[in-house]
Amino acid sequence: MTQDDLTITDPKMKAHGVNVFYGEKQAINDVSIDVGTDLVTAFIGPSGCGKSTFLRSLNRMNDTVASARVTGQIELDGEDIYAPSMDVVQLRARVGMVFQKPNPFPKSIYDNVGYGPRIHGLAPNKADLDVIVERALVRAGLWDEVKDRLQESGTALSGGQQQRLCIARAIAVDPEVILMDEPCSALDPIATAKIEELIHELRGKYAIVIVTHNMQQAARVSQRTAFFHLGTLVEYGKTTDIFTNPKQERTKDYITGRYG
Amino acid sequence: MTFNAAALLLLIAGLALIGWLAGRARSNLLAGRAGTKLHSRPQYHGWYVALWLFAPAALFLAVWASVSPALITNQVLTSEAAQSLPAYGFERGAVLSDARNVALGNQAKVRMPAAAPLVKPYADAAHKYAWIGIAAMLALALAGGLYAFTRIKPDFRARTRVEKIVMLVLLLASLVAILTTFGIVLSLLFESIRFFRLVSPAELLFGTEWAPTSGAPQPDTFGGIPLFWGTILIGAIIAMIVAIPIGMMTAVYLTQYAAPVVRKWVKPILEILAGVPTVVYGYFAALTVAPALREFAVMLGIPNASTESALAAGIVMGVMIIPFVSSMADDSINAVPQAMRDGSLALGATPNETIRQVLIPAALPGVMGGILLAVSRAIGETMIVVMAAGLSANMTANPFASVTTVTAQIVKLLTGDQEFDSAKTLAAFALGLVLFIVTLLLNIVALRIVKKYREAYE
Repeated sequence: MTQDDLTITDPKMKAHGVNVFYGEKQAINDVSIDVGTDLVTAFIGPSGCGKSTFLRSLNRMNDTVASARVTGQIELDGEDIYAPSMDVVQLRARVGMVFQKPNPFPKSIYDNVGYGPRIHGLAPNKADLDVIVERALVRAGLWDEVKDRLQESGTALSGGQQQRLCIARAIAVDPEVILMDEPCSALDPIATAKIEELIHELRGKYAIVIVTHNMQQAARVSQRTAFFHLGTLVEYGKTTDIFTNPKQERTKDYITGRYG
Repeated sequence: MTFNAAALLLLIAGLALIGWLAGRARSNLLAGRAGTKLHSRPQYHGWYVALWLFAPAALFLAVWASVSPALITNQVLTSEAAQSLPAYGFERGAVLSDARNVALGNQAKVRMPAAAPLVKPYADAAHKYAWIGIAAMLALALAGGLYAFTRIKPDFRARTRVEKIVMLVLLLASLVAILTTFGIVLSLLFESIRFFRLVSPAELLFGTEWAPTSGAPQPDTFGGIPLFWGTILIGAIIAMIVAIPIGMMTAVYLTQYAAPVVRKWVKPILEILAGVPTVVYGYFAALTVAPALREFAVMLGIPNASTESALAAGIVMGVMIIPFVSSMADDSINAVPQAMRDGSLALGATPNETIRQVLIPAALPGVMGGILLAVSRAIGETMIVVMAAGLSANMTANPFASVTTVTAQIVKLLTGDQEFDSAKTLAAFALGLVLFIVTLLLNIVALRIVKKYREAYE
């Protein structure tokens, strides 16, 4: 892979020589990548290429899979996140995640967003929590649609609204990085457009990593794109370069739709 | 010659086998001719013949076996020797049964002299009806077999018919349990109506005095409230206070914390516990828990602590229900999508916070359904309360005192020699009806909740 034209001076996260195993099977093979602080980074590649697996190792969600094993080094602000001294609870508060299928809790909209701040003790009283919840919902572009029904169940919202609720939920704990695992794959085009718009607005406030199947989406929302294939990182660079002038034959084949 | 149903059944089974072979052979023969193609494979033709041969004859056999003894007795009673029989009742029955036993070869000679002249008429009658029965049965079998056999043609749809019969048999099998339940409800209902002619339903449901055997000077009273209270205290309050927290904690441990190996062992063991006979729990409650609790109560200085305490029965019943609650809770927690758990963990929640604030609330409707089912089991439970809870109908909230339950009273009312037309005995049926209705409602509500909840995540 080439990194010549990368101009990430202040990486938020650095991964070096990362391997991920599920039992005996190796899902990720020697991946090194830097995630920029003010950028949206897209991971693309065909199904089963390991992009989601790699994403989930960035906030140690792979820990919940008993057979998963990660080797190599992943740093957040220069701190090794797999070091024994790292508290995984705090790590996940700093590196938030939005999942493929919207997964609001069966609680009210307010409690969905307030869940994170409550468990982390970010809001000493109700008034503070109100402020946090409102700010998160405003940032997620959902406030105007739900401000009059905050006590209704989060599961009663439409799919697109649910996904923005999940983004609001992640924002509410004030993370530094937001990982998005195919956040639009269960949504219709209009809801997808809203999420993409939201990603534009969130850029600069959080380092964002998005896994997507949709190459147009990657081209639209990201500044950096990484192409994964069969568990390896094939090419990583500026999104414009990857899509207009890929250096690797495999990237070119994938972009032009020869496989995937 | 006597009528031996088992041997005859074997006989027609044998005939059916021949029918099967014949039917198959005939269809094979037909198939062998040039240009013919069978609709059904030969076995089905065989089965068709066999079923036609067997089913009507077997049905007749069943009817005949239950009807013929009455026919035989009737004929004996019209004989000359029967005119000297005692006129009524017990004695007459004894003589007849003595004669029958000798006539059928069950005993060597008569025990009552009066029976001796009846032996021969009895034997004759038995002989006659046995022959009638056998002849009719064989005729039916042969007629059925022949009818089916003549219908075998290449395009005869034997398979369709056989499958229809098989379906019918399966349907009948599934109806047995339902019809039996229905019959039980009807018998409960009729006896209860008889009871309610003697005692008003309002007294049973709202009366506060339970004294069904108070004796002559005082009238019997049938106020059910003390029993209902006792049932609720033991089954719905004390047992649930034990079973719900422990069952829930078991389920949380098994679904969230236990290593697969632990789960593999603990879960089946819990399920085996659910199969321990309740009488064993009863022993445990009466012999171990109750005395210990009484000592404890005396130590605390609690008045009227009894060895037959509500607490002992309730605690042991709660322990008995634990596997039930834990298995329902286990299912509900497992049904909460993994995505929900991941969502919480990804926000930096600890596993403990995730369980308390996300998993259990999400699983709650299912858990509630399970708890209602458990309550319905607990209030219908009999053995433990009979052995450990006592029989005195007290209205008390003191768990160390002796209370009684609906089921314990039913047992008390129906054990021993009882006339089946006194209010006291009939009260047992009325209580049974109340219990049946309450548990039925609980089950319906619980199953609805569980079903609705399952749909929510599918």
